Amino acid sequence: MIAEIGAFAAALALALSFAQGALGIFAATNETRGAAAAATAQAAGFACLVAFACLITLFVQSDFSVASVAANSHVDKPLIYKIAGTWGNHEGSMLLWCLVSAVFGAVLGSTRGGQSFGLWSRAVGVQGWVTAGALIYTLFLSNPFARLDPAPMSGSGLNPLLQDPALAAHPPLLYLGYVGMSVPFSLAIAALLEGRADQSWAKALRPWTLIAWTCLTLGIGLGSYWAYYELGWGGWWFWDPVENASFMPWLVAAALVHSAIVTERRGSLASWTILLAIMGFGLALLGTFLVRSGVLTSVHAFAVDPQRGMAVLVMLSVALGVGFALYAWRAPKLATPSGFAAVSRESMLVWNNFGLAVAAGVVLIGTLYPLLVEAAGGGLISVGPPFFNMTVAPLLAVLFLLLPLGPMLTWRVGDMRSAFLKLAPAAVLAVLTLAIALFNTQWRAAPALGLALGVWLIIGGLIYLWNRLQRGAGRLTAKIALLPLAVWSMSLAHIGAGVLTLGAVAETGFRTERAVELAPGEGVAFAGRRVTLIEVGEIEGPNYAATRANFRVDTTSGAQPLAAERRYFTTSPMPTTEVGILSAIDGDLYVALGERVRDGNGAWGVRLYHNPLAHFIFIGVVMMALGGALSLLAIARRRKAAT
Amino acid sequence: MRRRNQRLMIIGVAGAVLVLAATLTFAGLRSSVVYFVAPSELTEKADPGQRVRLGGLVVEGTLRRDDAGANVFSVTDGAVQVEVRYAGQLPDLFREGQGVVCEGTWVPGQPFSAERVLAKHDENYMPREVAEALKQRGEWKGGATP
Repeated sequence: MIAEIGAFAAALALALSFAQGALGIFAATNETRGAAAAATAQAAGFACLVAFACLITLFVQSDFSVASVAANSHVDKPLIYKIAGTWGNHEGSMLLWCLVSAVFGAVLGSTRGGQSFGLWSRAVGVQGWVTAGALIYTLFLSNPFARLDPAPMSGSGLNPLLQDPALAAHPPLLYLGYVGMSVPFSLAIAALLEGRADQSWAKALRPWTLIAWTCLTLGIGLGSYWAYYELGWGGWWFWDPVENASFMPWLVAAALVHSAIVTERRGSLASWTILLAIMGFGLALLGTFLVRSGVLTSVHAFAVDPQRGMAVLVMLSVALGVGFALYAWRAPKLATPSGFAAVSRESMLVWNNFGLAVAAGVVLIGTLYPLLVEAAGGGLISVGPPFFNMTVAPLLAVLFLLLPLGPMLTWRVGDMRSAFLKLAPAAVLAVLTLAIALFNTQWRAAPALGLALGVWLIIGGLIYLWNRLQRGAGRLTAKIALLPLAVWSMSLAHIGAGVLTLGAVAETGFRTERAVELAPGEGVAFAGRRVTLIEVGEIEGPNYAATRANFRVDTTSGAQPLAAERRYFTTSPMPTTEVGILSAIDGDLYVALGERVRDGNGAWGVRLYHNPLAHFIFIGVVMMALGGALSLLAIARRRKAAT
Repeated sequence: MRRRNQRLMIIGVAGAVLVLAATLTFAGLRSSVVYFVAPSELTEKADPGQRVRLGGLVVEGTLRRDDAGANVFSVTDGAVQVEVRYAGQLPDLFREGQGVVCEGTWVPGQPFSAERVLAKHDENYMPREVAEALKQRGEWKGGATP
């Protein structure tokens, strides 16, 4: 019964989204139609909420007469993972996609703010079509409420790798990010339909872009963290097609966050902002396509179905086709006000956008190249990390070299000389880092340059904060309290980028790895520590059995315990690795338990990694996301103050 | 005049960056693309020393350790078996009888020397390349599409 209510609610949401789409698009200046579009958007959001609540209930109740529950859940699972299982599979995650799109539509409908009526109502309409497209796909090609007859006695369980707190939160955050890009898209299409993209339009666009970017940052970060500690490969980023699929919209969203500032503050770059919004959503849809269709060999491709991939491709073509056609037709008519000098805050933001967009383009080429080659009959190939390291890394390096200069310049006309002078301490420290790193790494230029860039970003960000605090009179503590939230948010995000750079470069460039065989009682010296295997025992988890190895790690400052596990889930023949990680200031000691060595006298295979500064990667990601969140808070406060 | 110079400079720099990015991209694609080969194609499609991905099924009962402690196993596409040597620890999902992708190089008269061995997340999963190779040989026993 609950499944039928859910399916009905989803179908109702589809009908409502069509109404929302039609009313919104054709509202023009008709106030009644606009209000009706907003109301249907709210109703559609509510209907999707009901449908999703029904699906969660089905998963919690383990109703195995529903196909998606039977295929992805199990009575033995802990409750929290039964709930997370709702979106841990293809069908449920698509319903989540619809839910996010519909709820965002409802919020868009109820927050007109200072936007002109036509822009707002049309954006609500376009969002209705986006939701409708997602619902059609969900209901007709991957219905989460489809029944099984006869119902099986027990479910086949979620992939045990996914039974993990980080992975429970990863898909919703990623979807908030992906689908979050649909609202800037809707606003961009609305602007093109209206033939107007002014400062109030950019003001409406910016918070949505920030929500999408912040959620994408956290979602990608969590996924990366999960891969780091769960897969037991010692790495955190593999340039896997599905990772790239989330990285491309992230790059474009980052560009959009910046270009929207220019459009909001100065009214310029409007048509570029529109183009970015269209491309950002296109890349988010492409990401969905790459994950869903299984066209690319990937470690994560989980629903491998050409028909579904085809349907997403059709949606992608419609969205991009309509977007670009409208853009070609309407964008030249958009007014372009006030210019700016070659050296100014605006021009630096243009360079930021240029760099991020080119980086996204390069990632796109590298990701799709295997598909193109295969389609052209050139055989099966893969494009691996070396490609991305040699193309994306230098581009980002140039971008990061310019980054600290941006905030130092004023709007319209900036003074590069004084910006350089103010940043001199950062430059000196960066060069010093470069020299020390070169000397200590036998002249390995690439990682040394990377570390220097990280220092440049961090110190540059701190200098900017310090400069802001020099303004005005009064005690320093009072000035710190009075510093605008926007300054904190930008500094936090930029310094976070520096911290992330340090971590990423150190981990990638200076990781050490060793595979050893240890019998209980044996130890090995590794990365300035001594790792001793104490014992290996069996333990019981809620729905798995595990082999647990206890280690002792001796450092100069004392001994610490560390445990690594291999878990065997009842529902799956494959074991999963739970690595042991011991974080210290210089980085992580990372221990993965392998298999018992055949005829090895009780010895176990153990992989040891020392990942220098690996924690910086995730600290940097959190700082960037916090920067995004603070920026949203700053916008919310300003709006509250304005009303 | 000044404005025009500025504009020219911006276009020039942007163009230079784009050209640089394009050059890097194509150089990168040329040098870092790794071709996939099935065991029966290895000797004809890949030059000795060229980095390739060898995909196939691990032959049952072939996994052993050599004197240096490295894993040695055979990979097949149903037609030809290739012996693979891998010094690292095999991934969790490595199983005899299941699909695997080994990235590395070969030289005549020696086992394929793998630097990376990939087995996939899902126990039902078979690398797409392996499925293709098996289909070409008419050995495909799995579901409709991988």
